Amino acid sequence: MKDQIDYLKVRAALGKITRREFMGRMGALGVSAALANTMLADAVRAAGPQKGGTLRVAIQGGSSSDSLDPALAANSVATQVNRFWGEALVELAPGGGIQGKVAESFESSPDATVWTFKLRPGITFSNGQNVTAEDVVATIERHSGEETKSGALGLLRNIKDVRADGDSVVIELDGPNADLPYYMADYHLMIQPNGGKDDPTAAIGTGPYILKDVEMGVRFVAEKNPNYWGDLGNAETIELLVINDNTARVAALQSGQVDMIDRVPPRTAGLVARAPGVNVHTTSGPGHYVFIMHCNTAPFDNNDVRLALKHGINRQEMVDKILFGYGSVGNDTPINASYPLYTELEQRTYDPDKAKFHLDKSGFDGSILLRTSDNSFPGAPDAAALFQQSLSSAGIDLEIKREPNDGYWSEVWNAQPFCTSYWGGRPTQDQMFTTAYLSTADWNDTRFNNEQFDQLLVAARAELDEGKRKQMYADMGTILHNEGGLICPMFNDFIDATSDRIAGWEQGEKGFGLMNFYAPMKMWVAA
Amino acid sequence: MIKNMPIAAMIGLFFTALYFLMAIFAPLIAPYGMAEVVGGVWEPPSAEHLMGTDNIGRDLLTRMIYGGRTTIFIATAATILSFTTGTVFGLLAAVMGGWVDQVMSRFVDLLMSIPSLIFALVVLSVMPVTIPVLIVVMGLLDSTRVFRLARAVAVDINVMDFVEAAKLRGEGRVWIIFREILPNALSPLVAEMGLRFIFMVLFVSTLSFLGLGVQPPAADWGGIVKENSDGIVYGIGAALWPAVAIATLAISVNLVADWVLNRTTSLKGGRG
Amino acid sequence: MPLLVKLLVQRIALGLLLLFLVSILIFVGTIILPGDVAQSILGQSATPEALANLRAELGVNDPPVARYFAWLGGVLTGDLGTALTSGLDIAESLGSRLSNTLFLAFWAAIIAVPLAIFLGLLAVRYRERWPDKLISAVTLASISVPEFLIGYVLMFFIGVKLRLFPSTAVSFRPDASLGDKLEAIALPIAVLTLVVLAHMMRMTRAAILNVMQSAYIETAELKGLSMFTIIWKHAFPNSIAPIVNVVMLNLAYLVVGVVVVEVVFVYPGMGQYLVDHVSKRDVPVVQACGMVFAAVYIGLNMVADIVSILSNPRLRHPK
Repeated sequence: MKDQIDYLKVRAALGKITRREFMGRMGALGVSAALANTMLADAVRAAGPQKGGTLRVAIQGGSSSDSLDPALAANSVATQVNRFWGEALVELAPGGGIQGKVAESFESSPDATVWTFKLRPGITFSNGQNVTAEDVVATIERHSGEETKSGALGLLRNIKDVRADGDSVVIELDGPNADLPYYMADYHLMIQPNGGKDDPTAAIGTGPYILKDVEMGVRFVAEKNPNYWGDLGNAETIELLVINDNTARVAALQSGQVDMIDRVPPRTAGLVARAPGVNVHTTSGPGHYVFIMHCNTAPFDNNDVRLALKHGINRQEMVDKILFGYGSVGNDTPINASYPLYTELEQRTYDPDKAKFHLDKSGFDGSILLRTSDNSFPGAPDAAALFQQSLSSAGIDLEIKREPNDGYWSEVWNAQPFCTSYWGGRPTQDQMFTTAYLSTADWNDTRFNNEQFDQLLVAARAELDEGKRKQMYADMGTILHNEGGLICPMFNDFIDATSDRIAGWEQGEKGFGLMNFYAPMKMWVAA
Repeated sequence: MIKNMPIAAMIGLFFTALYFLMAIFAPLIAPYGMAEVVGGVWEPPSAEHLMGTDNIGRDLLTRMIYGGRTTIFIATAATILSFTTGTVFGLLAAVMGGWVDQVMSRFVDLLMSIPSLIFALVVLSVMPVTIPVLIVVMGLLDSTRVFRLARAVAVDINVMDFVEAAKLRGEGRVWIIFREILPNALSPLVAEMGLRFIFMVLFVSTLSFLGLGVQPPAADWGGIVKENSDGIVYGIGAALWPAVAIATLAISVNLVADWVLNRTTSLKGGRG
Repeated sequence: MPLLVKLLVQRIALGLLLLFLVSILIFVGTIILPGDVAQSILGQSATPEALANLRAELGVNDPPVARYFAWLGGVLTGDLGTALTSGLDIAESLGSRLSNTLFLAFWAAIIAVPLAIFLGLLAVRYRERWPDKLISAVTLASISVPEFLIGYVLMFFIGVKLRLFPSTAVSFRPDASLGDKLEAIALPIAVLTLVVLAHMMRMTRAAILNVMQSAYIETAELKGLSMFTIIWKHAFPNSIAPIVNVVMLNLAYLVVGVVVVEVVFVYPGMGQYLVDHVSKRDVPVVQACGMVFAAVYIGLNMVADIVSILSNPRLRHPK
């Protein structure tokens, strides 16, 4: 019987018999449906990638007002589309670390102030042009110049000089930075002919696919780039649909209109997983849902008020009810185990007595206003209501104000002293801290100003000894944990789902959801 | 008057009264605190929680009772405002005619043509957002629809013989509007009022998108539908309760409206 | 018919004037709104320099009056300009969105309007009997449920469980055959029909009942005409004014108000297009959409007024 099962597995994996047929015959051999399902998935994976076919993806976040200019990418759809047609110098490796893309290799001077990226020889843009070091230089210039409007500008600010040197690109920094390759993996920094200075929205790059049909905020069609240098990309055609409504996205997957979706709502993920022919994948990541206080505005300028609120939040309840268990508790720092060089700190737990103690100590007596909106993170008003309840047990009065979705990120976030917010995280601790916790950061959304923290951050960049660097980050984490304006109750998992029609999901890739947005290229049409 | 009341109207009146009373006495009837978390997420109905619990574990029946409060209060006030304003100006425009009619009608066209999203956002940004402001804005915007209908009906009636007769008799405009035209225009107008009430109930719930409406943890029925709508497609009925409440309220209010209408039809005709 | 011509000319001229006023109001409105286009393009992760650079490039630092007249000049010469956010030609994007919206609205109206009027007549014919009550209860229940909930329920039962029609309209392609297009939007049409049916049906019923007591109806009854003939031939034409007004309101709703249905069923229409651009403060696109919506309202209201006048002999021939 084993032979028979193996035979069927191979047939099914190669698409010679349909899934339904396979399940039927397995049933006849006395194999349970659940087991047969697992066997089929394993067999399909073992059979290896199949080339060809059309893979249909639906993701959230696109809008008809988006632009194809990679410098302006600001949502998941734009990031995914950039991955189709373009590539940066380097990219996060699936298991952590950095792998080469347009650059084949890279190295730094011993003090990490001068970095040299050696370009991959003989690769071309999708318009047939060869990729030159000048194109790379122009790209970095376009994203970092005086005139730029690039979302990556913040990362490139300490570049002093960038120049072409034969088939290499040399980047000189105004101070040491051991993490520069992580910066260069940013999803805005797609290498374009002449840096995209001539036509930023042309979508011409070195990526594994070429855009064939573009309807902003609605639909994108990408076809395999026949001259792509690597082996990335299995489906012949990828159709990307923008479906912003959660229920509609799940329904499209369940009814077979699409093969892959991102952001399954946590509340329904368990139910979706039970549907026939659907697989749900969860990946822990650096994204976190937060409550942020301005450390320089009363009453939050008093650390005891901050500590009172930190002790008064029930983190586990938030994970259970807002994330429905698809996530992990936070510890009032933006860093979790998904980061390299992570050190675990002692976990703060819900303790109404301590909360009350700190509030009494602060001398503050009154009600605290929290601003929230439906789009600050999924379930934010509900989380605010839970926070209000847990604080009331500590005798702290929290008032909630729901703000309009429209304009929340410009009028409330980073402007009002206490609000709900979301951070997607960054690939390294240095980037996360530099982006939001350095006293001079543009988005220091907690108005955190700690001299010791700033010094540690700059020193850590120059520290090439991993052990010492890890200790520095642990110290910074402790400072934020005890004094910061961040209340971080939870880290959310990415919840994606795929249909049985496609195979090849790899668990645990670093970066964004959908295998860091490489799932459409790395998975394949199986049946 | 109650004695020969048809059974449908009785049912309508009963539910309408029930909902209104529940709204008024919410704190006395509700089994739990409005924002109190009393259990797990989406627990099925049980003896402790007659309708189960909501999306973060609050008692749904309690939420419904308090939610009815906001929903019914805002919708009723806005409907009355929109209906009276729209009717009075609509009838006036029809009777006055000429340039007064033109100016009023075109002004209404203008108001209707501005996309309501932009209108709402602008109002939001220049005015303090409080419930009374909300009611006034909603009511006045909606009155443009009532105006058009009232005017259209009244223009037709205004040229009828009995109105001509009244004019020849030398009756004043107010008399003509309220004693001649209004009774004869009532049927479509009352039907409209019943529907406008439903639209208002639903409209309140769309306001949370704009950060208007009720603040959490308070809720309105439409908002409760929305909070729990994730579960609906997997057979979790939490969103159905408020939807059913809205529907029964709507049907009841319209049954009452129909009955009122029947009683008034006997008043019509070209009375001298 | 000289009266009709005169009315049309007069009203179209007024309509254009109104459009002009609307354009000023919308422009001022979008200027008043807090938030700006540069911030919303670059999102949460924008740096102050990048914002300043983008603002300069988009020309939003120019004085508002100059921007308005530049825009007006463009429109008068048939140029709607390009979107600040995506850099795409507005006329082109708007054109395809508008035709999608009109397509959906047209088919929803084709089903909903005759059905509503028929049900209204039926309700009058069987007044106070069970068909009347059934029709009333069902239509009232259907408008009482929020649109998105009707959408979800149909999506799951018809789209996912029964697989009768596609659960979302993602397979809709403007260049597909009519049959394919209709199949793709079957569920949105159904939802929209349910949403607008009750209003028109109730108004038809009420307006006809309003004239049923008139003397001429009694005359017709005495002549021994069948009930349905009386309703259709005598009562309906005399109650057309309120009905046509409510029908026009609902037609306008089908064109400008269906953003929820568009989002739920992923249909690329005007509503979503406007919302996307309002939230990014992309003034030229908002202006263009606003003008289209205003024209729809003004046009439909004009039709309603003219039909009302033409349907009433006393108004047609004023003394």
